[in-house]
Amino acid sequence: MENFIPVSGLIGGLLIGLSVVLMILFNGKVAGISGIVGGLLARKGSEVGWRAVFIVGLLLGAFAYVLATGDAMPVNIQASLPVMVIAGLLVGFGTRLGSGCTSGHGVVGIARFSRRSIVATLTFFAAATITVFITHHVL
Amino acid sequence: MLKMLVNLIAGTLFGLGLTISGMVNPQKVIGFLDFAGDWDPTLAFVMGGAVLVAIPAFRLISKRPHPVLADAFDLPTKKDVDGRLLGGAALFGVGWGLSGFCPGPAVTALASGLLPVFAFVAAMIAGMVAYKWIT
Repeated sequence: MENFIPVSGLIGGLLIGLSVVLMILFNGKVAGISGIVGGLLARKGSEVGWRAVFIVGLLLGAFAYVLATGDAMPVNIQASLPVMVIAGLLVGFGTRLGSGCTSGHGVVGIARFSRRSIVATLTFFAAATITVFITHHVL
Repeated sequence: MLKMLVNLIAGTLFGLGLTISGMVNPQKVIGFLDFAGDWDPTLAFVMGGAVLVAIPAFRLISKRPHPVLADAFDLPTKKDVDGRLLGGAALFGVGWGLSGFCPGPAVTALASGLLPVFAFVAAMIAGMVAYKWIT
């Protein structure tokens, strides 16, 4: 449990909560990242701009952290490149088929008490937990 | 345009939140998903914190006739739990477990400049294109 950092987790969570609230309160939009990225593919002028700006914001947030702390981005990847590619394909296809990911279903949908989002969240957590068990303890 | 400023601020807060909490680190996410290993509960605090802010705020916002800067709320209308929802969530979950990345952290982690992050995001977009192509 040495890597248990609930304070930074909670602060990060509050910032994400504030972000999704601002998006609905001011723009009436669900801040679900798979939907925001997927909608870019629509190539409709009115749908591209706001999504691109939100994504630029995501990167600015990361750069702000790096500038403020002087630390590198805390990204440690253990999976091989082919596994990352297969995982990316599954995440891209699956989030579009299932209409959302951890943000759209897991945060916004759950906070709206959406039955679809609660079921989706339980399903992707179960699938991910089983996958990690197999890759880390069976294979 | 005011709406675009909100998109930029909200995106920045989201990216900052994912980075501060360590959710941009796939190993930290896998640490949460690995209940049989050295369990890391951080992810629960991140999602819990976000939902805790969102629930009361959404209640208040739902009383408004429309968003501050738009004519109407653009919210999902589907109510039925179907095979697409379950199948999509399951496929996503497998990819999430294999990599430790879901879409938000993966896009934010592009700021690290690491090749596997770019490979993941490129494949994710290819998966989204494939879905659009099939349907």
